[in-house]
Amino acid sequence: MTNNQNKNEIIKVCLLAGKIMIQSGAETHRVEDTMMRIASSFGSRDSQSYVTPTGILFSIEGTEATNFVRISERSTDLHKVTVVNSISRQITSGELTLIEANRLLKEVDAKTHTYSIFIQVLAASIVSGCFTIMFQGQWTDFIPALIVGGIGFASMVYFHRIVEIQFFAEFLASLIIGSLALLFIHLDIGQELDKIIIGSVMPLVPGLLITNAVRDLMAGHLVSGLSKGAEAFLTAFAIGAGIAVAFSFI
Amino acid sequence: MILEQLVTSFFAAAGFGVLFNAPKKSLIQCGLVGMFGWLMYVLLTNQGIDAVPSTVAASVIVAVLSQLCAKLYKTPIIIFNVSGIIPLVPGGLAYDAMRNFVENDYNVALQLAAKAFLISGAIAIGLVFSEVINQVIRRSRFGK
Repeated sequence: MTNNQNKNEIIKVCLLAGKIMIQSGAETHRVEDTMMRIASSFGSRDSQSYVTPTGILFSIEGTEATNFVRISERSTDLHKVTVVNSISRQITSGELTLIEANRLLKEVDAKTHTYSIFIQVLAASIVSGCFTIMFQGQWTDFIPALIVGGIGFASMVYFHRIVEIQFFAEFLASLIIGSLALLFIHLDIGQELDKIIIGSVMPLVPGLLITNAVRDLMAGHLVSGLSKGAEAFLTAFAIGAGIAVAFSFI
Repeated sequence: MILEQLVTSFFAAAGFGVLFNAPKKSLIQCGLVGMFGWLMYVLLTNQGIDAVPSTVAASVIVAVLSQLCAKLYKTPIIIFNVSGIIPLVPGGLAYDAMRNFVENDYNVALQLAAKAFLISGAIAIGLVFSEVINQVIRRSRFGK
């Protein structure tokens, strides 16, 4: 009986680790690998894990039911990926007990972003300005892109808090970006509308998701690849639609 | 000209490191990895080489540098290569394609979308390629 309880605990720890990693944007194979390593270092050699961006299936031999975790929200949080990775290493080298591991993982799960919102908005505006220059824009467009990108990212974070659906948050944010960029051009502060907009939408755009989707497809994670691709498509569509609506007001 | 590209790509990659919540002490390395990748890309495209092969070469550089950083600082490789490929990633193209789609200009939109898909494929090939080489080297060493 205690043996079974112990196995359920192992499953809980593995699922929690896997959930945090998927929500933080780790690669599919890293998640599967980490879960199986944790299980095997707690003594369950034969475990099966099946990871998709929207759910994780995991079972170890000797237990009845397959355990399942539903994942509804994903972002990129490299800090969490790093921490779970090092927890998994500590488990493998025998430094952590099951209960300690569970406590540590729960702490990681509850953690919020390390950088304050202000720093994030600042980073987003610097990114926007820099991308305008990288896309062969003029330095006169640097400041407008800086401002528009910062406001765009801030409004995306804000809208995401009120509306649960990410699509609308992205749509509204890019609507604001489009309108502000038009305003700047109108006031003669910037020169090239396209460069300002492309720079400003970069913090929102799903470039990384597209690349991860193709990587997952190549590695044989077909379901993960296709669903990440669909997510990227929806985001790009939201941004394109938001900008187009802003243009239609002229 | 090259200098401004170097500076802006450094800040773009490091800035994305902040947005992706990368650990504070690896932000500078993230920026440097992104900068060298973008340098490779800019140098090759300035020579008149097509964007797709240039992207493959640049992402190989990103992957190799990320592997070095990961080994040196004992952190997962994903921190460095995620921020490093940011300058190469076809986000601008994807946005451009979508904007043409919603403006009913399907011909341009499809061309841009195909290009975005090819470039993201090129990045993936570059990353996977260097991982494979790394594995081959490691295996052959163990073989000895």
